[in-house]
Amino acid sequence: MTLFLKFDFRAICKKVLEDTLQAYNIEYKIMGFGEVELLKKPTTEKAQMLFDALKNYNIEVVENQKSILVQKIKDTIIDMVFNENTEVHVKTSAYLSDTLGHSYGYLSNLFSEVTYTSIENFIILQKIEYAKRLIINDRLSLTEIAFKLNYSSVAHLSTQFKNTTGITPSAFQRIISKRRELNQQN
Amino acid sequence: MKKDFIHIILADDDEDDRMFFTDAFDELKIGTKVKTFNDGIYLMDYLNSNNCELPHVLFLDLNMPRKSGLECLYEIKANPKFNDIAIAIYSTSASEEDIEKTFVQGANIYIKKPSSFKVLKKVLSEVVTTNWQYHTNGLNKDNFLLRL
Repeated sequence: MTLFLKFDFRAICKKVLEDTLQAYNIEYKIMGFGEVELLKKPTTEKAQMLFDALKNYNIEVVENQKSILVQKIKDTIIDMVFNENTEVHVKTSAYLSDTLGHSYGYLSNLFSEVTYTSIENFIILQKIEYAKRLIINDRLSLTEIAFKLNYSSVAHLSTQFKNTTGITPSAFQRIISKRRELNQQN
Repeated sequence: MKKDFIHIILADDDEDDRMFFTDAFDELKIGTKVKTFNDGIYLMDYLNSNNCELPHVLFLDLNMPRKSGLECLYEIKANPKFNDIAIAIYSTSASEEDIEKTFVQGANIYIKKPSSFKVLKKVLSEVVTTNWQYHTNGLNKDNFLLRL
């Protein structure tokens, strides 16, 4: 029997964090995705135990200011792309610099330096990944996906999909379903 | 920020192709460590050895003597130890049949060997940065398909 699962990564991460922090009796407040405030400063040994416990889940504690800012840029973008309630009427660049309080030039240089990619590419990749999930899990049509992701037309979505991945959305869907058939046979 | 190296392996029986490949990575700004093997047997011996460092991206030539890239792909996909490795097929062939077959068998990337060094550098840089995005942003690798 094969089960196909759908994950909510944010909910999973939050649950893992909560369970781990509670296991060490640490009082905390979750501030947003990837940001936790510890209400009392834990002892060094306790903090180390917590870091090690998180490391089991491949959760890394980033202390570096640059990494933190890059993480904030990513979170803001992800929120903008995926959260239908966050309505953005201004350009992404203006939105990012307003939200994070740095000039777009600074943010964009920092982002490229740390992640090897540009903010623009990151946004496109996130959108295309989201489109892939919708194609596979929710079996939405391309028209529906284009609408959901704010593309001006299906053609625009298809072109960006092809430019980013080198294959068309329909080839992608065909390959993934063939892979599943194959895995079920094995 | 601590500099993490991106580990790359190439299995290819063509000496010139191996040389262009390592030269291209040397010229890219990304911090990489590249290892090459002459055929699939050497490659699988290395991957199956106990203290080998698993690569982030593995490039496989399809046509190699003794053990082909496709045979390596089957073996790698059958062993959960290798789940985290992104597999790139690196071939002179661009037949739709090869491309679709290797993707269905679990390859993540299909590259037709570029005819110029400049394009090679661009292509390899794109592979590594895209893979890095999947690696660092927790994207679902099962959906990672890239054709260049």
